[in-house]
Amino acid sequence: MDIINADHLGKSFGPVRAVDDVSITVKEGEIFGFLGPNGAGKSTTIRMMTGVLTPDCGSAHICGIDIHKNPLEAKMKMGIIPENGTVYSDLTAEQNILWTAKFYGMDRVSRQKRADEILSYLGLAERRHDVVRTFSKGMRQRISIACAIVPSPPVLFLDEPTGGLDVYSRRLVIDTVRRMNEEGSTVFLTTHNIEEANELCTLISVIDKGRIIVTGSPEKLKKMFDTANYVEIAFEQPVKKEWFSIDGISHAELHGDKWRLYTNDPDKAVKNLAALAVRERLRIFSISTSTPTLEEVFVQLTAGAS
Amino acid sequence: MNIKLFIRSILLVAEKDMRIYNFKGGVVIFGLLFPFIMFLTFFIGRDLDIVLFFPAFLGMMLFFAASSNGLLITPWEKREKTYERLLSLPVTIESIILGDILAGSLFGIIITAITWGAGSLILHLPLANPLLLAVTFLLGGVTFAALGTLLSSPSMSNPSNAMMFSNLLRLSLLFISGIFIPLSRLGSWEFMLTSFSPLTYLVDLFNGAINGNGFYPAVLDITVLVLVILAFIGSTILIQQRNLMKGT
Repeated sequence: MDIINADHLGKSFGPVRAVDDVSITVKEGEIFGFLGPNGAGKSTTIRMMTGVLTPDCGSAHICGIDIHKNPLEAKMKMGIIPENGTVYSDLTAEQNILWTAKFYGMDRVSRQKRADEILSYLGLAERRHDVVRTFSKGMRQRISIACAIVPSPPVLFLDEPTGGLDVYSRRLVIDTVRRMNEEGSTVFLTTHNIEEANELCTLISVIDKGRIIVTGSPEKLKKMFDTANYVEIAFEQPVKKEWFSIDGISHAELHGDKWRLYTNDPDKAVKNLAALAVRERLRIFSISTSTPTLEEVFVQLTAGAS
Repeated sequence: MNIKLFIRSILLVAEKDMRIYNFKGGVVIFGLLFPFIMFLTFFIGRDLDIVLFFPAFLGMMLFFAASSNGLLITPWEKREKTYERLLSLPVTIESIILGDILAGSLFGIIITAITWGAGSLILHLPLANPLLLAVTFLLGGVTFAALGTLLSSPSMSNPSNAMMFSNLLRLSLLFISGIFIPLSRLGSWEFMLTSFSPLTYLVDLFNGAINGNGFYPAVLDITVLVLVILAFIGSTILIQQRNLMKGT
């Protein structure tokens, strides 16, 4: 079942076309990653999909409800962590969560129970009565997450949720996203952190200059760039670069103590390297074939679009 | 639209506003101290009947107190970037506006009611029409809370700029209302000028409710204030919807 649906969304700010004909479909239970460099149109798209910004054209549906025609009903189905993770700094951690929970019609007992549970999980139980003004950026972001997940929404939107966070807070955000997904939330995540997307997402779209340039699973995207495959090999003895002038290897580069050998046919390259080792009496210390990282794919895609 | 969700969102926005903004420096200074000091400046050293002019003081108090809250909220939230968080909750532009107006009205009405209560105790103020007084508090609170929300709607993210801009307008309104001069004593062009200010009609209602000497019929005052409320709210919604289109 399609739970998030954006249909031909478009938005211009003056002469700048920030988002151009963006269509996205996310199925129930997926973690969808929306990747793009800074200024690509990620935040504008998520703001239109969450009813914070009115699109020039197109529509967005959450659980089948049009966010711009029925904003109240659609927003009841989602929790949002906006960019910068802002919460009310004059309220306490607990007040922020309880007040947010009231919007979703939770009764007093279930609000309090859920707030207790989330504050403990996020490691903020001790600071529940402190005003958020006194919190660090990471702690504020945790409160922002708490507010988004307090109603256990079917859809969770996160706009750059780990930007500028320390390792512990970043890990906590990722674990929380995973946990919410396991509990049944469909997740829509914008990020420019490729490894985060690789780690979490089941489906990724890459946006650049306001247009989606590719959509697919992380592995499928990497597969698109198979031509960039290489074999990394380390020998116990020193070797000469010219020995790698063999069939299946286009060129060789020394990377630290190992050679990176670029190839269009890794199987053939490995066979020929084994033959080379026998012929030259070399001992292979390690060998591995590598596909491009998602980061490499991303760079190639966005550079290609430029 | 789901009316239950809509009303709940209005009440929750108002709850947040009252918790956070009622006692911010700008609201206390421009909403409470400012009208009090202005009244003292006008009154001290003159041989004026305080009972006669108390309705004007109440009108000014309600005018400043109810409008100050709304003036601060939107620019403050835009600066702190909490406005976007608020918009992402189950609310609409209309429920945010009405919630802000509700919070501003309640603040203005409570402060002015306390002032009226204290004035009644100390000065033994008359009370010609209690029901009209209640209606006056309600209409005055809503009118000027709506004015505050309207004035903060242009996309300003600096609360002090919003306050300065609004004070220019509020003081001009105060000036043209001639609230400390009975309408019957004004010259023709001055009289015409006062008819453009909603504050004139509010003070006239207070005069009618407390001293029983309103200049216009109460129905006329009430009609004007209701129309002004509708105009203020309608304009605010249009501006905020335009902001939502522009992303500001």
